[in-house]
Amino acid sequence: MSDDHGHEHPKHELSYYAKRIYAIRDLLLEKGVITEKDIQCQVEYQEARSPANGAKLVSRAWVDPAFKRRFIADPKAACAEMGIDATAINEFVVLENTEKVRHMVVCTLCSCYPRPILGRPPDWYKSFNYRQRAVADPRGVMREFGLELPDDVEVRVHDSTADIRYIVLPLRPRGTEGWSEMDLAKLVTRDSMIGVMDPLPAIPD
Amino acid sequence: MGPAVNEPTGKFKSGDRVKVKFEDRPGHLRTPWYIRGKTGRIERVYGDFLNPESLAFGRDGLPKRTLYSVAFRHPDIFGKSPHAGDKVLVDIYDHWLEPML
Repeated sequence: MSDDHGHEHPKHELSYYAKRIYAIRDLLLEKGVITEKDIQCQVEYQEARSPANGAKLVSRAWVDPAFKRRFIADPKAACAEMGIDATAINEFVVLENTEKVRHMVVCTLCSCYPRPILGRPPDWYKSFNYRQRAVADPRGVMREFGLELPDDVEVRVHDSTADIRYIVLPLRPRGTEGWSEMDLAKLVTRDSMIGVMDPLPAIPD
Repeated sequence: MGPAVNEPTGKFKSGDRVKVKFEDRPGHLRTPWYIRGKTGRIERVYGDFLNPESLAFGRDGLPKRTLYSVAFRHPDIFGKSPHAGDKVLVDIYDHWLEPML
């Protein structure tokens, strides 16, 4: 393949895998399997999916108990109601944290993750270290994220090995009574929806 | 998860004690090693899904398999644990489970 075939390649040195990806892309284009426009559309679709979607759902659930019930009973319908496209998920389950039960999500087999709701998974989520320790020592992992759990709180780690994708509905931070949905959404971090830490506090430390 | 469409076909119901088969064979297996041979309890019945161990080879995934969330107590996986109440919940298909009486 020549360098002159209609689109830019990065100028810096590429890794083995990056070179392979570009070669596959060029072949798919050359053989007419996909078009440049398909790739652009897919990039835009991927970029549009971010933890902001999850934060919208969580903050709405915090202020609206009826929405929270619907969100837990039928998460995909609740997403549609909020204008969030979760149709790419096969099944979707909301795990509600309480004062006595804390949920945390991992995929020990690979990196299953509710991408339409949370965007792309962070690198640590895909690491062998997290995948092993989330199961064997979840409290140790949470401690590293700054969360020390009392002994009387039950930890429930969900290994998403199949068709179900999970999102944690964290506890609403204390001291946020009367806050707007938009301000609450700013406290809902990606990591709090994976379950490794709490949402941000109402008053920063 | 939305409302169930069809009655699940699997052998187990919520609360049942189950044992994960200790099995290995070539192919695409969706049951992690750390719970093979371990005992747990059916937490939730998710319904019937195409079998990914068949789909992975371009086959039709039929017959569908019932998928469960199975809860394992930490000590039942790792032996001694300072937090005996902590659980790991793994999504497992019906054909990997046998009843524990």
